[in-house]
Amino acid sequence: MSPLEGAQRAASQGPPEASSQVDPQASPPAAVEAVDVRRSYRVGSGQVDALRGVSVSIRPGDYVALIGPSGSGKSTLMHLLGLLDRPTSGQVLVAGRDTRTLDDDGLAELRNRTIGFVFQAFQLLARTTAVDNVALPLIYRGAGRRERRDRAVAALEAVGLGHRLDHRPAQLSGGEQQRVAIARALVGEPSLLLADEPTGNLDSVTGAEVMATLERLNRERGVAVMLVTHDRDVAARAGRQIRMRDGLVVDPATAAPVAWGPDS
Amino acid sequence: MKLGEAFSSALTALRANRLRSVLTMLGVIIGVAAVVILVAIGSGAKREVERQVEGLGSNLILVVPGQVQFGSAPALSRLQLEDAAFLGRLVGNQDAVAVTVSSGEQVRVGNRMVFANVNGTTETVPLVFDRPLARGRYLSGADVETRRRVAVLGSQTARDLFGDVEPVGRQVTIAGVRFRVIGVFTEIGSTFGVSRDLEVHVPVSAAQRLFGVERIDAIAVKAPNLDAIGPLQSRIIAALQDKYEGETFSAVTQTQILGTVGSILGLLTIVLAAIAGISLVVGGVGVSNIMLVSVRERTREIGLRKALGARQRDVLAQFLVEAVVLTTVGGLIGMGLGVGAALAADRFTQLPAEIAWWSLALAFGVSVAVGVFFGVFPARRAGSLDPVVALRTE
Repeated sequence: MSPLEGAQRAASQGPPEASSQVDPQASPPAAVEAVDVRRSYRVGSGQVDALRGVSVSIRPGDYVALIGPSGSGKSTLMHLLGLLDRPTSGQVLVAGRDTRTLDDDGLAELRNRTIGFVFQAFQLLARTTAVDNVALPLIYRGAGRRERRDRAVAALEAVGLGHRLDHRPAQLSGGEQQRVAIARALVGEPSLLLADEPTGNLDSVTGAEVMATLERLNRERGVAVMLVTHDRDVAARAGRQIRMRDGLVVDPATAAPVAWGPDS
Repeated sequence: MKLGEAFSSALTALRANRLRSVLTMLGVIIGVAAVVILVAIGSGAKREVERQVEGLGSNLILVVPGQVQFGSAPALSRLQLEDAAFLGRLVGNQDAVAVTVSSGEQVRVGNRMVFANVNGTTETVPLVFDRPLARGRYLSGADVETRRRVAVLGSQTARDLFGDVEPVGRQVTIAGVRFRVIGVFTEIGSTFGVSRDLEVHVPVSAAQRLFGVERIDAIAVKAPNLDAIGPLQSRIIAALQDKYEGETFSAVTQTQILGTVGSILGLLTIVLAAIAGISLVVGGVGVSNIMLVSVRERTREIGLRKALGARQRDVLAQFLVEAVVLTTVGGLIGMGLGVGAALAADRFTQLPAEIAWWSLALAFGVSVAVGVFFGVFPARRAGSLDPVVALRTE
C-alpha cells in the first residue's frame, strides 16, 4: 500500500476534513509516518486494543511532544514509529518507504540508520565507557574501530561531554548519563530521535539541561525529535503536541478524536 | 557485528562476572584435564610395554605350543629340549636358539625367602636376549649338559636374599634344592610398580628335574636379520607341525606382540578418554545453563542492542562467542593442568605417562565444539528476544 492509498483509507474512516491535510506528492516525505495503525495484544483469553487506528506524521526537523495519560497508547505508538514493533494493521512509512515488507533484520538495519532512541532509564551499558556506549550503534553498521571512536567523540562533544569520554556510567551524574544516551542516539546521524520520558529520572535543573541539548540539536542539525512526556513544561516547549487517549489521537485543545495528528 | 567485536564484548561480559565464569569453566577444565591425563597414562603404559618387548633383544621369534590368542589358556606343551637342537639345525645356528621352562618357586637363603620366577634355560640366553650381567658369569654349556645346580639371580632377587653381601659363590635353596650362585643380572627396572628383576636362571636340565617335567615352555629363535624373520617364522611352524603331527604351534614376533598389546592398550586408552569425555559433556551442560541465566539477566541489554540496530544474528553471535570463549579458555586451562599432572605423575610416581599430542588437539577441538553446541540454544534465545519486551524488563 502506498502512502496515498493509506491516506485514502484513513480518509474513508476518519472525518473528511482530515484527509485534505495530507498530500504526499507536494511535500518531502515524512521522516516517519503512521497510517491508520492499530495494535492489539492478546492478554489471556481477551484482547487489548492499545492503538485503535492512529495516523501521525513526523516531518524532517519536527519537534513533537507526544502526551496523554498512562495507558493511552503513547509507548505503543512510539515503538511502532521506532520500528521496534509492528502494527496489527495499518502501515508505518520511513522516509516514504513502506516497512511492512521488511523482515526483522531489515527493520533492525533501517532502525540503525534512521532512528535514535533516548530512554527514561538511560539504558547505558554499565561496564562500558561513555565513548564505547556512544559508539555501540556504529558496531552494527560494520564501522571500523577508528571511525567509531572518532564519531563517538564528536557526538559526545556535541552534547558537551568531550571531557567525560572514558568515564563509566556510574561515574557520571544522571544528566550526564542522559546526555551520553543522546549522543548515542545521534552518533548514527538519524533523521528521527525518539525520546521516551527523557527527563523522567532527572531533577528539574538537569532535566532542563537535557531538554536544552535536545532542542539545540533539533535546531542546529534539523533532526526530527519526538518525545513522550508527562511534563507539561517539557511538552509546552515542543513545536507541536500530539495528545493521545484510549488508543486514539485526540485534538490537543478539545480532546475530541481526530483521524490525523494535526500538522503544523 | 564483526567477530572481533563479538570477542571483545564477550571478554568484557565474562570479566564482569569473573567468579561465575571461572566456576562455569571448571566443568570444562576438569573434563579436558581428565582426558589429557588418562590418555597420557594410557600412552605411557603402551610405551612402557613397547620398551619392555623391544628390550628383550632384536629379531626374536618366540615359538610356543598351540594357537596364541588373547583370552585363551596356554596349550599344554609338547615341546622337548631336543626341539631346540632341531630348530638350531633348521636355522643353521645352535647359538641362535634358547629355551625356557619356568615356574614360580620359593627361593631362600637362611631365613630370608622370596617368591621368584625360576627359569630353566640354556647357555645361549645372552646371545639371544639382551640380558647383561652385573657380576659373575652366565650358565655354561657344561652347566646345562651336566645338570649342574648353579643359578644366576635377577638384581631384585639378589638384593632381597643377600642385601649388601656378595651373592656370587654363595648358596640359595630353590624349592628345597641347593644351588650355587654364579652370577647376577643388571637391573631392568619395574613396570607399573612391579619389579621385573625378581627371577632366577638355572640350567634347563636342572629345572626340568626340579619341576618334575619333561617339557619346555617355549623356544626363542633369533633371526639373523629383520628380513629373515618372516620366512623363518613359517619354516619353523612347518617343521614343528611336520614333526608333531596334529599339533599346532605358533611363532610370534615382537612386532606381533607389540601390535596385539598396542591395540589392547589403545582400546583401553580410548575407553578411558571416553569416560573422561562424559565429564566434558557435563561441563558443557553447565555452560549452557549459565548462558541461559546470563541471557535472562541481560535481557535489557539485548533489548537495547536490538533497538540500536543489532540484528538477530548479531545478538546470537555475541552470546555464542561468549560460550565458546568460556569453553575454549576452560579447555586451555584444562590442557595445562592435564599436561602438568601427567608430567608430574610420570616423574614422581610409578605410573608411566606420556603426553599424547593428538589428545591435546582433540581436547581443544572438543572444548570449542562443546561451546558451540551448548551455546547455540541460549544464544538463539537471546537473538530472538522481542526488543519491546526486552526493554521493558526490569
